Amino acid sequence: MAENGERHSALPYFLVWVALLILTITTFLTGRMHLGTWALPLALAIAVTKSLLVILFFMHVIHSTRLTWVVVIASFLWLGVLFVLTFADYLTRMWKIY
Amino acid sequence: MSEAAALPPGEHPAHDPHLAHHFSSLERQVDASRLGMWLFLCTEVLLFSGLFVGYAVYRYSFPVAFAASSRTSEIWAGTVNTIVLITSSLTVALAIHFVRAGRQRAAVACLLITLVFALAFLGIKAIEYTAHFHEHQLPGRYYRFESVRLPGAEMYWALYFLMTGLHGLHVVIGMTVLAVIAWRTAHGYYSAHYYVGIELAGLYWHLVDLIWIFLYPLLYLI
Repeated sequence: MAENGERHSALPYFLVWVALLILTITTFLTGRMHLGTWALPLALAIAVTKSLLVILFFMHVIHSTRLTWVVVIASFLWLGVLFVLTFADYLTRMWKIY
Repeated sequence: MSEAAALPPGEHPAHDPHLAHHFSSLERQVDASRLGMWLFLCTEVLLFSGLFVGYAVYRYSFPVAFAASSRTSEIWAGTVNTIVLITSSLTVALAIHFVRAGRQRAAVACLLITLVFALAFLGIKAIEYTAHFHEHQLPGRYYRFESVRLPGAEMYWALYFLMTGLHGLHVVIGMTVLAVIAWRTAHGYYSAHYYVGIELAGLYWHLVDLIWIFLYPLLYLI
């Protein structure tokens, strides 16, 4: 609606889809290697990249209003608050040992 | 306004059939719909955030049991389902693309293909669940899986069933919404001029895909 009738190609959607497939195969292969300490950060980095592709292009956030951006960023901000405050507790429970 | 005042009570000037009276223009109405949907999706992210943080806390508490348990999950099913959901996200995006171009029939076809993918996802999930039930990979005191006997393994399966179960519920709701939207598109309710319903249903479906993108590595790979 925001783009006002100009003709759009479906090609970007297919490119995003191919990128998502490549990232899925990458995370599958690296997941099978059992990389130890790096397994979790790598898997999460790939998942974040995939979700950015979905949010920006499939969900059209890249063409959306600023208010939409605020809501999208806010939802992940709350997720961050929940993580940080929870782990501020769990990660410091053994404080006396150090 | 003065024109409206001149009309008899209960009558009002002609306007776009999609326009609700409390909006000054269709464009504003569509923007408000989109914003409302995003606010709802924000609450959905928060709903799953609780489970993700719970997963993180228990993974931190029982790292060995979680790593061992996720290695016994059905990795082929998780991977195939990831590809199924990503492709269904593509077909939903294409449905919006087609309706924008005035090709309603192609849009309806894309929505129906999405429903087929969603059914495939649930089918694979059902096979997985059946296998877990047979192996007694179950939450709490029902956990009796012989290959992994570690404290915390039953918590992995509690979180596994909670997260995939809530996600599966969202798949079913998303399928219902997409079916209604497909029916309405087929009957000419949506067109290149007005298609916000398809967009919002699409947003919901992409969120379902988005959550799976994180569930897949956490439950199957690491």
